[in-house]
Amino acid sequence: MRFVFKTSYAQDLGLFRDSVQRNWYVALLAGLLVLPNLVPEYLVDISLVFIYGLCGLSVMVLAGYTGLISLGHAAFLGIGAYAHVYFIHDLGLPWAVSVALAAATAAAAGVLVGLPALRMTGVYLAIATLAFALIIQEVFTRWDHVTGGLKGRPVDKAVIFGVSFAGDVAFYLLCLGFLAGGLWLTANLLRSPTGRAWVAIRDSEIAAQSMGVNLGAYKTLAFAYSAGLMGVAGALFAHKIGFLAPDIFSVLFSIQFLLMVVVGGLGSLHGAVFGAAFVAMLPVLISQARDSVPAWVGAMAAVFGSSASESALLATGRFVKQPGLEPGLFGLILVLFILFEPLGIFGRWMKIKLYFSMFPLYKRATFRRQKAYMRSERLR
Amino acid sequence: MGCIYGLVALGFVLIYKATELVNFAQGDLLMLGAFTCYMLVVWYGVGYWLAFVLAVAAVAVFGAVLDATVLRRVIGQPQFALVMLTIGLAAMFRAFASITWGSEIYTLPTPFSAKATRIGGVAVSHEYVSIIVGTVLLCGALYAFFTFTRVGVAMQAASQNQLAAYYMGIPVKRMFSLVWAISAGVAAIAGVLLAPVSLIDINLGFIGLKAFSAAVLGGFGSIPGALVGGVTIGLIELFSGVYLPQGFKDVAAYVVLLLVLAVRPQGMFGTVGRKKV
Repeated sequence: MRFVFKTSYAQDLGLFRDSVQRNWYVALLAGLLVLPNLVPEYLVDISLVFIYGLCGLSVMVLAGYTGLISLGHAAFLGIGAYAHVYFIHDLGLPWAVSVALAAATAAAAGVLVGLPALRMTGVYLAIATLAFALIIQEVFTRWDHVTGGLKGRPVDKAVIFGVSFAGDVAFYLLCLGFLAGGLWLTANLLRSPTGRAWVAIRDSEIAAQSMGVNLGAYKTLAFAYSAGLMGVAGALFAHKIGFLAPDIFSVLFSIQFLLMVVVGGLGSLHGAVFGAAFVAMLPVLISQARDSVPAWVGAMAAVFGSSASESALLATGRFVKQPGLEPGLFGLILVLFILFEPLGIFGRWMKIKLYFSMFPLYKRATFRRQKAYMRSERLR
Repeated sequence: MGCIYGLVALGFVLIYKATELVNFAQGDLLMLGAFTCYMLVVWYGVGYWLAFVLAVAAVAVFGAVLDATVLRRVIGQPQFALVMLTIGLAAMFRAFASITWGSEIYTLPTPFSAKATRIGGVAVSHEYVSIIVGTVLLCGALYAFFTFTRVGVAMQAASQNQLAAYYMGIPVKRMFSLVWAISAGVAAIAGVLLAPVSLIDINLGFIGLKAFSAAVLGGFGSIPGALVGGVTIGLIELFSGVYLPQGFKDVAAYVVLLLVLAVRPQGMFGTVGRKKV
């Protein structure tokens, strides 16, 4: 096991734990920069991972660090996307200004939701954000001359300072840049007094209040920051999908974001990115499985004779082509994660790391969590 | 319509009162109930009343089994995990329904279809009467159950302090399964009653969202609140559909919900819970 001995304050203040960790992240960034040359066919999907990563970051700040559950984050994404398209197409603003304004619009909406949300906790907050999201979705549908209503609205490719980001590689790099920037900003914010106040609110509102944390201000700030990040993600998302329609930003989409942070691991920035990668890549995997699974099953059933093989091929083919399969699979994965790995992918990764670094001494109880059986213990 | 919201909201509140769990799968249990009843009546030719009872029983048993196999494992974990778990379950139910019954829209024939009674000059169709009567009966029964029977009181105790109830000899786990069975049964009843009025398809579960708003509006954890909330939401929808321009019907209820929550964060009948340190 390796210990880091801190000998100066500069070391304590550094973004990374030690030079080894920093070098790993630099290597990761370098790897991501050369990735377009290695897997050109998956670039579009990986760009989506980065955009979802920003969304995951946003939900993580709110749900994972401040402890506020929002079931309406797709609305902020939608506000960001529509605002960006409006600013850039109808008002003809430059790209960078438009993204900043879209983020500001979404953040303003976040404050709007955050203010009444200050007094609510738990379920009430979840349902209030859900109601907000449903209202916003209706606004998208009805406000024709800005959003295009049900007909939808096409989005051009991004052009920044005269440079076109229409190509897959360019757009990939753009998304990567925004995700890296978002991660850097959020990581710094989380180790500042603001971030510590958020975590304090998550762990105990009353304790935080007694220590002098202004609950209202910090909760609103968390909402605004989260919504702002979502707005930026929305602007990128608009370019990614190229066509905006109100029914994209549905409740199911919001739930997908929550799924992202739960599967990735609540309360860690790594978790947000892992979860995003998982949620964005799963449909790709499913669509590949759709093509290959019936063939495997057919091949396996061929042992029992050709007629069995053919019927098995047809049956599994029909089964995997069901349209409802994908959300069901998402649900199943969510349930399995909560039952067997509440700490998410990142938690599992931590456990594996700890297992090897403490090799014969690893104990399962290290990660056991206190259970609460009394209502008063769970009221937060 | 308001009564249906009230009924589904009742299911939410029951589970919440007894196990401190917010069940996002309630709407989908409703859908399962409606589909089961449809299947029994139309595919197997079972009589309506028998099918009603069978469907409710089937969904209730399903709820109990669900609790015993899945939800019991997460007792004592943070609420967030539970909420996500039920959201996951809801997605699974919907996928199951779409694979089993397809995405077609069905209508359920009932003994009171297309009949109407005139009450004071207003024609009221029997389907709506059945919903209202069913709601009132069910509420009375549940209220009596929770107030006057030993099991009902034990359930209330288990919800207030699981550990203390356990020490007092209340089989808390069995209580929870029972609560799940009751609440799933209530959802199924709502589903079967709703089936003739609205049509059965896999999106029936989304009514759960409105019912959820109803439960919150009334104050989570208050049984009369759930009913009042449900009826309020139903009335708001009705009147905004008539008096306000098109498009407001679907969102008016949510706007009212947001306003009520902004003024009274614990809903109309809710109690303020404050953690003591």
